[in-house]
Amino acid sequence: MTVAERSVEPLHRRLGLTDDELDAIVDRVGGRDPNDLELAMFSVMWSEHCSYKSSKPLLRTLPTAGEGVVAGPGENAGVISIGDGLAVAFKIESHNHPSAVEPYQGAATGVGGILRDIFTMGARPIAVLDALRFGDPGDARTRHLVDGVVRGVGGYGNCVGVPTVGGELVFDPSYIGNPLVNVMAIGLLEEHRLTLASAPGPGNLVVLFGSTTGRDGIGGASVLASATFTHDDPSKRPSVQVGDPFAEKLLIEASLELIERGLVEGLQDLGAGGITCATSETADRAGTGIAIDLDAIPRREPDMEPFEVLISESQERMCAAVRPDRWEEVREVCERWGLPVAIIGRVTDDGDLSVTSAGHELARIPARALTSDAIVHERAGSAPPHRRAAPAPGVSIDPSDRLPERGMDPGAVLLALLGSANLASRRPIFEQYDSTVGADTVAGPGRGAAVLRVRGTTRALVASTDGNQAVGALDPYLGAALSVAEATRNVSITGARPLGVTNCLNYGDPTRPEAFWQLQEGVRGLADACRALGVPVTGGNVSLYNESPGGAIAPTAEIGVVGLLEDVALLVGPAFVAEGDEILLIGEVTPGLSGSAYAALAGAAVEDGPPGLDLAREAALQAGIREAIARGLVASAQDVSGGGLAVALAEAAVWSGLGATTRVAVANSPAVELFGESPSRIVVTCQPRFAPALTLLARQHGLSVEPLGTVGGDRLVIELAGAGATGAAEERGSRIADALEVPVAALRHAWDHGLPRALGWED
Amino acid sequence: MSIHRYAVNVTPKPGILDPQGRAVEGSLGHLGIEGVSAIRVGRRVEMTVDAADEAAARAVVERLAAELLANPLIEAYAIESIGGIA
Amino acid sequence: MPVRIGVVVFPGSNCDRDTIHALALAGAEPVELWHEQASLDGVAAVVLPGGFAYGDYLRAGVIARFSPVMRAVAAFAGDGGLVLGICNGFQVLAEAGLVPGALLRNRKLRFLGREVRIAAERLDTPFTHALGSRGPLRMPIAHGEGCYFADPATLDALELEGRVLFRYVDGDGAAAAEDDRFANPNGSLRAIAGVLNDAGNVAGLMPHPERASEPILGSDQGAAIIRSLVESAAIAANAAPAAVGTR
Repeated sequence: MTVAERSVEPLHRRLGLTDDELDAIVDRVGGRDPNDLELAMFSVMWSEHCSYKSSKPLLRTLPTAGEGVVAGPGENAGVISIGDGLAVAFKIESHNHPSAVEPYQGAATGVGGILRDIFTMGARPIAVLDALRFGDPGDARTRHLVDGVVRGVGGYGNCVGVPTVGGELVFDPSYIGNPLVNVMAIGLLEEHRLTLASAPGPGNLVVLFGSTTGRDGIGGASVLASATFTHDDPSKRPSVQVGDPFAEKLLIEASLELIERGLVEGLQDLGAGGITCATSETADRAGTGIAIDLDAIPRREPDMEPFEVLISESQERMCAAVRPDRWEEVREVCERWGLPVAIIGRVTDDGDLSVTSAGHELARIPARALTSDAIVHERAGSAPPHRRAAPAPGVSIDPSDRLPERGMDPGAVLLALLGSANLASRRPIFEQYDSTVGADTVAGPGRGAAVLRVRGTTRALVASTDGNQAVGALDPYLGAALSVAEATRNVSITGARPLGVTNCLNYGDPTRPEAFWQLQEGVRGLADACRALGVPVTGGNVSLYNESPGGAIAPTAEIGVVGLLEDVALLVGPAFVAEGDEILLIGEVTPGLSGSAYAALAGAAVEDGPPGLDLAREAALQAGIREAIARGLVASAQDVSGGGLAVALAEAAVWSGLGATTRVAVANSPAVELFGESPSRIVVTCQPRFAPALTLLARQHGLSVEPLGTVGGDRLVIELAGAGATGAAEERGSRIADALEVPVAALRHAWDHGLPRALGWED
Repeated sequence: MSIHRYAVNVTPKPGILDPQGRAVEGSLGHLGIEGVSAIRVGRRVEMTVDAADEAAARAVVERLAAELLANPLIEAYAIESIGGIA
Repeated sequence: MPVRIGVVVFPGSNCDRDTIHALALAGAEPVELWHEQASLDGVAAVVLPGGFAYGDYLRAGVIARFSPVMRAVAAFAGDGGLVLGICNGFQVLAEAGLVPGALLRNRKLRFLGREVRIAAERLDTPFTHALGSRGPLRMPIAHGEGCYFADPATLDALELEGRVLFRYVDGDGAAAAEDDRFANPNGSLRAIAGVLNDAGNVAGLMPHPERASEPILGSDQGAAIIRSLVESAAIAANAAPAAVGTR
């Protein structure tokens, strides 16, 4: 576009608003044309990110009611009661696009933003989990992004003093131009201190504290800047937000002290949309208005335009509604923590967000027009013409599942899987995080769900994040449902009861019918799975337009789950515990290898599909294992997921240093049995004397149980037995295939070195 | 060929938040120092360049500064000649 | 009456609450000391906890040393008062010159959070007397600048005077080699994890004993270091610690 063409384009379009949206804005401000400042405020608040204008109708279908839910979607974070007057606050959020531009600061400010969502509610942040997705690990740009994002997560979280206790790192070619940085945070609060983001009480003061306001992250509204700057000075261009974890730490302490002392009527953090968003949302929630005195806002730079001040995304800021008689105390607290603080406005009863500078009113917009009454688009979705569906649960394994492993050494396949970029040890990543600060980490990153004790009680919180983009790409409904199943399963197998789900929905451009269909299907899968498993959705975030010139990302519903373990002494881990323990497989294998790590390695048959998910069976499995753990029958419980049963056994061996001798009955295809990722299965070990009771209990829950073998030795042995066993031994007339037999030390070596090798970090 | 010495000063771009500078500024009170403000913390990188002539040497440093030493999104740099050695 | 032990809270300290918890478990009465206060409120010992004091900007610990409370801590240490610096607290002590040496960036130039093994070189100090043996202790490190450095003469003097308090050790319990990237992950010279000042009343160490003070956390082998300090402080204050060793 030439300069001349740009100048004829009307401002609203340059701000990213459509003509229809402009009409809707005119309608909401009483039929007049909005001025440039008002238009800028609308453009930010009606962005997909702030308004959820494409996803809102879908999100209404999610189940949100559940036992103990104190705050659900629409608040800064979900809050669920955990007894003894305590509650847990948690939420996951994306920072994909900023991280693609500047990985360190993008990831760092992502951590900062989600932490603010937690302590805004009155909760002290106690844990972070980072779910990261990138393109090919061999690609130079990807390596740069991984390095920057990991340093950014660590740089911020380590300094703030919140442990990073879990998460994911996944490589998939679809993320090559558009990485996903989804960060979940968890906080703990005394329930009576729950603070909501509202600005009640006309006459109350609106107080801004934390960092000063600069020209950070002006984003799309920068067109206003280039319109006003006569010569285009790049140093004045809106820029990347820079995180200051030190300021955030002070903000946490000051905010929690303000709440503890009852000095604020409402509290809201500043994120996307800056002051405009924080003030309009809090006013709308309280049914009030706010009159902003623009000149009172502390700034970091001279000569800032009003729109820059109002929509700046400068980090580490909070906005509070304060009774006038408490202002002095509020100021004292902020100043003691070294934070700039100012009265920037007053709560009014007119329902408007108004902005005044030097006695002139610059803007007046009904607060709700910016937030709850923002435009909603009913988008149309349509499925692509050809897609593969999962086989229905219980369908017998088709011989077409025979995959190219015939003639391959299953031991070599197992080592290749264990050392693959997606399954190998994440230690090189999480070693860059402080996972133990806070002195509450019972189980940190690296082995299944994270566990944090709740001081002063016998309880523990258990958390996991999971997403399944590989199946999501084939079937977005199934991908989302499987993610919920896996995340809740990871929590249940520790003995904890999943309390709630937070989700980060990462999809493509919603104006493309296929991408919107993926979102629809993802939300449907999420809703069905949460209903079937009895867990409420308490909040989350939607990230759309995850596309790059190379195409859209695989649809990714990233699921975060928090669970409650009543007695931390009963905690069960995934690693083998003792020689001689019996190994049982609970749950049935179902066909389908598409979307598995094995398929990524060996290729899947074209007529194959991903394995199906039976949500009722999944619910029974999770209830069954929780009961077995509560009765003290279980020594270890390990989820069968990426890499299938063989990798599940190998991990349990590597983590314990103990081998195992097992025998797997093969109905048809050894590949499905060994490496298939059909869900709703766990590998459980127990003392031999408990095996009968455990088997009985599982059957009472309608679950199939297969004895696999025994823990012990220094090798992992898996014999294949049955009609479908294949291999050299079979050709010799035996019905038992050559056993897979690998020393635990070899498994460990493959697992330890896979990731540094994939990323070129080995030195 | 000739040998040249350069320094590249990398600083946060104007307007970019500089937490380090702010922290240093915040500590001045403890030291009883007054009248100092607008502290910005950067890095200085010194180097020796062997090139055909001064212009070629500067071009190398320019490229090094732009592509490696500074993050163009958030940092500015200035190249300073600190003497040539014939 | 439990002995009162001060825990300095700088803006950016983030292990203060953990340290207070561990001190209370060891029978002390922890007292927060705000960075702007010039008095130590009569405590019997002081702990400088981990974290990122003043953001650790510029150089870890450098800004903290100029805070009012550090003037008081320096005076207290000069009078023989017991001072323990953990992680960032060690960095602050080193910047302030209260213990010898400096903490440089880790060898791999990355933050490192993981478990290490350390062993006490001496059991006759106020910080180690409750250890019982010189066997390896498992506890976490979590730092970006923990590579202990001093010039060779200083190092020799430290060795000679018995002022190397803790060393990183390998799986066999032997002092780690300087280039043992697993056992001595930050690359500390002579695998030094903790040192004493010349009078023996000020100590700093990089690992976090307070995070390894209960079995539920995976290790309680750091508790005896905390307990040593509490008992020594109690003797110094001529007060008996209550319920020492409970958890």
